[in-house]
Amino acid sequence: MSTLTLRELESQVERLRREGEGALARCQTLQECEAVRVRFLGRKGLVTRLFEGLKDLEPEARRRAGRLLNELKGHLEARLEARQRELKARELEAQLERETLDVTLPGRPARLGALHVITQTLREIYQIFKQMGFEIYQTREVETDEMNFQLLNIPPDHPAREMQSTFYTTKPGVILRTHTSPGQIRVMRERCPEPIRVILPGKCYRYEQITPRSEIQFTQVEGLAVGHHVTMSDLKGVLVEFAKRMFGPGTAVRLRGSYFPFTEPSVELDIRCILCEGQGCRVCKGTGWLEILGAGMVHPTVLRNGGYDPERFTGFAFGMGPERIAMLKHRIEDIRLFLGNDLRFLEQFG
Amino acid sequence: MRVPIRWLKEFVDLDGAGITTAELAERLTLAGLEVGAVERVPDPERLSWDGIVVGQIVGVEPHPNADRLVIAHVDWGEGPVPSVTGAPNVTLGTQGVKVAVALPGARILNAYGEEPPTLEVKTVKIRGVESRAVICSEKELGLSDDHTGVLVLDDDAPVGTPLVELLGDEILEIELTPNLGRCLSMVGVAREVAALTGAKLKLREPRWRVAGEPAERFARVIVEDEELCPRYTAAIVRNVKNGQAPFWMRYRLLEYGMRPISLLVDITNYVMLEWGQPLHAFDYDKLKARAGGRAPTIIVRRAQPGERLTTLDGVERELDEEMLLICDEAGPIAIAGVMGGLDTEVDENTQNVLLESASFHAINNRRTAQRLGLSSEASLRFSRGVPPELCGRGATRAAELMRRLAGGTIAQGLLDAYPGKREPKTIRLETREVERLLGVRVEPRQVREALARLGFGCRRRRGGLDVTVPYWRLDVEIPADLVEEVARVLGYDKLPATLLKEPLPPQRRNRPLELEERVRDILTGLGLTEVITYSLTSPESVAKLGLEGPFVELANPISRERRVLRRTLMNLLLETVALNRRHRDRVAIFEVGRVFLPEAPDAEGLPKEPRRLGLALAGRRHPLSWAAEPRDADFDFYDLKGVVEALLAHLGVSRSGEKDVRFEPDQHAPFHPGRAARLVVDGEPLGVLGEVHPAVAERFELKGRVYLAELDLDALLAHAADERVYSPIPRFPGIRLDLAVVLDARVPADRVERLIWQHGTELLRRVVLFDVYTGPPVPEGQRSLAYALFYQSDERTLTDEEAQAVHARVIEALRRELGAQVRGLEA
Ligand SMILES: [Zn+2]
Repeated sequence: MSTLTLRELESQVERLRREGEGALARCQTLQECEAVRVRFLGRKGLVTRLFEGLKDLEPEARRRAGRLLNELKGHLEARLEARQRELKARELEAQLERETLDVTLPGRPARLGALHVITQTLREIYQIFKQMGFEIYQTREVETDEMNFQLLNIPPDHPAREMQSTFYTTKPGVILRTHTSPGQIRVMRERCPEPIRVILPGKCYRYEQITPRSEIQFTQVEGLAVGHHVTMSDLKGVLVEFAKRMFGPGTAVRLRGSYFPFTEPSVELDIRCILCEGQGCRVCKGTGWLEILGAGMVHPTVLRNGGYDPERFTGFAFGMGPERIAMLKHRIEDIRLFLGNDLRFLEQFG
Repeated sequence: MRVPIRWLKEFVDLDGAGITTAELAERLTLAGLEVGAVERVPDPERLSWDGIVVGQIVGVEPHPNADRLVIAHVDWGEGPVPSVTGAPNVTLGTQGVKVAVALPGARILNAYGEEPPTLEVKTVKIRGVESRAVICSEKELGLSDDHTGVLVLDDDAPVGTPLVELLGDEILEIELTPNLGRCLSMVGVAREVAALTGAKLKLREPRWRVAGEPAERFARVIVEDEELCPRYTAAIVRNVKNGQAPFWMRYRLLEYGMRPISLLVDITNYVMLEWGQPLHAFDYDKLKARAGGRAPTIIVRRAQPGERLTTLDGVERELDEEMLLICDEAGPIAIAGVMGGLDTEVDENTQNVLLESASFHAINNRRTAQRLGLSSEASLRFSRGVPPELCGRGATRAAELMRRLAGGTIAQGLLDAYPGKREPKTIRLETREVERLLGVRVEPRQVREALARLGFGCRRRRGGLDVTVPYWRLDVEIPADLVEEVARVLGYDKLPATLLKEPLPPQRRNRPLELEERVRDILTGLGLTEVITYSLTSPESVAKLGLEGPFVELANPISRERRVLRRTLMNLLLETVALNRRHRDRVAIFEVGRVFLPEAPDAEGLPKEPRRLGLALAGRRHPLSWAAEPRDADFDFYDLKGVVEALLAHLGVSRSGEKDVRFEPDQHAPFHPGRAARLVVDGEPLGVLGEVHPAVAERFELKGRVYLAELDLDALLAHAADERVYSPIPRFPGIRLDLAVVLDARVPADRVERLIWQHGTELLRRVVLFDVYTGPPVPEGQRSLAYALFYQSDERTLTDEEAQAVHARVIEALRRELGAQVRGLEA
């Protein structure tokens, strides 16, 4: 390599500055930038090679030339970095542009299965009564005639049996429970003499024609409270509370006299029709009221059959049908839908 | 029970009390006599009676141009007007009878067809003769379906009166609970109405006018079974003339819903509706003939084996010893309180009547009526209880009506066998009892007043009352019954709504239910939908699974399809899948419910009722979607197994690794023999899962593959972990090393994994099978299983060498024990 004069070097610095700037400006990609970097600033690059010529200069000129070269290097490095940043930003922008999705395409399907609407209704009922201190207690579905009827003050051939057509099994004295009330006897016999506050949910069966209004299989929730100071006013308080929480705080209720062999006095609870708000409609048969549940003070004979002395203990009991409640709340008009298990029905409650 | 307001007003002064029918209906409903509907007469939906008045037929002349028609001249106060009619009960001799006349402009029901439903009355010419009014039949007025003749009113009906004033009415339809037998009569309802509304009761004890010889001369009565017949009374009415009952009586029967038959029979029915006492009229002369011309003896006894009686519906009935009979010395003449015998019934020629008015055992009567399939208005009342004290009143009232309306003479005195006579019931009601039950203090004066209004007698005693129960209240026996009466009269709306003052009883959790609900949440979280199927099914449906009983069988099923209780959920789930597959390409469902196992019954002789969990998957794995991957895959065995594994994990059965959870190949009738597994936890089998056998699927009309599982929920939940103990999050990084095993495809993967764990030392934390491959270059009959093994230490950062050392031992063990080709893989 021939020896450089300072002048020559100065003019080369100037040329490399122009060339470098020009090359960087023409870069369209980071790869091109890299090539430019290698060409000018790489280990064997043009700028690096100029540094090698320094050693041939006079010390004074070497200092000056060194400064010029360092300036050139710094300048090109800064330009390179700026250009890289610029191209990076442009590339990212292009990438984002390329990655644009059609956000209106439907999402990948994801959904929970549906709980059966009766399960959901039961859970609502559980929740309300749990908060009032009621424990959930379940008993069997195949029962003895004695538990289902006789111990509940319904002897054989009692006219009240007409209210509950029964499925009998081929085993004498063994039936499918027609209501959850036999659970009253079972829980009393287990807990006596403790005070009791339970609800007894479960499936019941009746010998009926299957129609939009009646089913052979349905659900009931029985309630039972036994203690030394349990009264009809307490019953009313609990039921009013239940109705308001289940059907809304503005729900008007009324107690109406009724008859069940295992309660005395016996009542039924009506709520103001939630469909017509009491004006009278088809669902409430024009009365403005909807029957929700039956209730009463536990009959002394039943208390005694459960092991409690009716002179010292009183109790109340109530029974309701989650199907009826679900039908009212969801405006379901055909009870057969519950056991029909058509997913087009069930999934509406998912 | 249908209660015509006009009839009711005969016994209670509703007008005087200023109570509307709507108010009355509400008050009754609140007091336990639920008024289901108030029917109006005429029914405003069908017609009004505008322009229909009482008229009198003043003369009838033949129609000049038609043999079957006549011209009746009717006067309703504006002089006679011609009406052409073909009614068979308007003939040339008819004169003076009162009828309902529809004037031009009035509308009557179309008696000949449905369309149009009503017709307007017009002045028309019928075969050339002008007709200016229509004399109406019951059907045309909407009173009954009878169009065999015109309606003939009683002679005292005032001419010109609008018909609606005479006959317009409202009828309460009261739904009576079984305890309200006392309200199966107008008098009974009137008593309630008076007590509940304060309206004045206008009730008079029945009286009669007797004449001639004493009744004992004509017949004797012997009650042999006093338990089943506490009282039997009979009256003798002689020289009656049967015929048609007066219009007012027939009208009331019609309003109630009973068909008029003949005067004598109608009187017995009328008094039954009025007082609640069912009555039976025997033709006395037929009884006398059976007694060989002597005075008959009425004997009340149980049937003897093999005895038979032809009842008045003409059917010969076989009787049994549980049935109570009315007999004479020649044999049975009636089934007590159910139906009379054909031989001794009254007919149009009856002249002398023995009128039975008795009280029978309610439950026995109900049983007999049911056994014979004979339920009647009489048996309805007897089955609810007819008080013995009512018998004499009913007999008296009916005999007197026969005297007045049928021209009879009542023999002196009542034949009365009353073996069951009791003192009136007295109940002691402690003052505090009312408050103890109702939770609110009621003034003793209010208690006495409420009870007195209902006819109870009250005598004050220290700390309470001695309450005498009126004879008609068979339902009142204990103090709580009296408290109910007080509450009913005061009104339940007066009760405060209080919160339980009782201390909270010991609170217990219901863990089985909590876990059951947890199962539901897990499964819906996994995308399955809950179904609830019938517990009742058929052995045939179960047989489609290749399974059988024993079943809990129904003695009285509603259908063959629902005649046994289920002992598996599987057939019910497959039925549900089939039902939904008709309109769904994807079904993923579960059910939690009991099955019923009659083998090994419990101490009460009742079947076991374990809870089961059933799962079923069929059709597309993912809902149809552009984004589903793979797009069109169907469910397979491993989807089902994945659900079961997730359930086990989330219930804490398999999470901690403490339980030995295995899926063992299983042979079970409903399943594909090579695609079913038995779930075994700690050696206990908990259920089965698998692909439904194609032949089984076909029997359920299922297309495509279906995956089904049934688990013993009670047993499964017994393995659920209550406690979740935290284990520290690893502080040091782990190392993943992979390996692949190529071996005979029949070696279960489970075996490979168990070996990996066995040799992985405590540094091995997780094993994941991430690839299963068959096909070249893997030799035929073999497969390659690729596992990722995660090694980690709790004490330090694991070095690659440490991990590799363990990994090498694992690989070596697999080679040794499986004879397999094993190699480590670059992770
Ligand atoms: Zn309504």
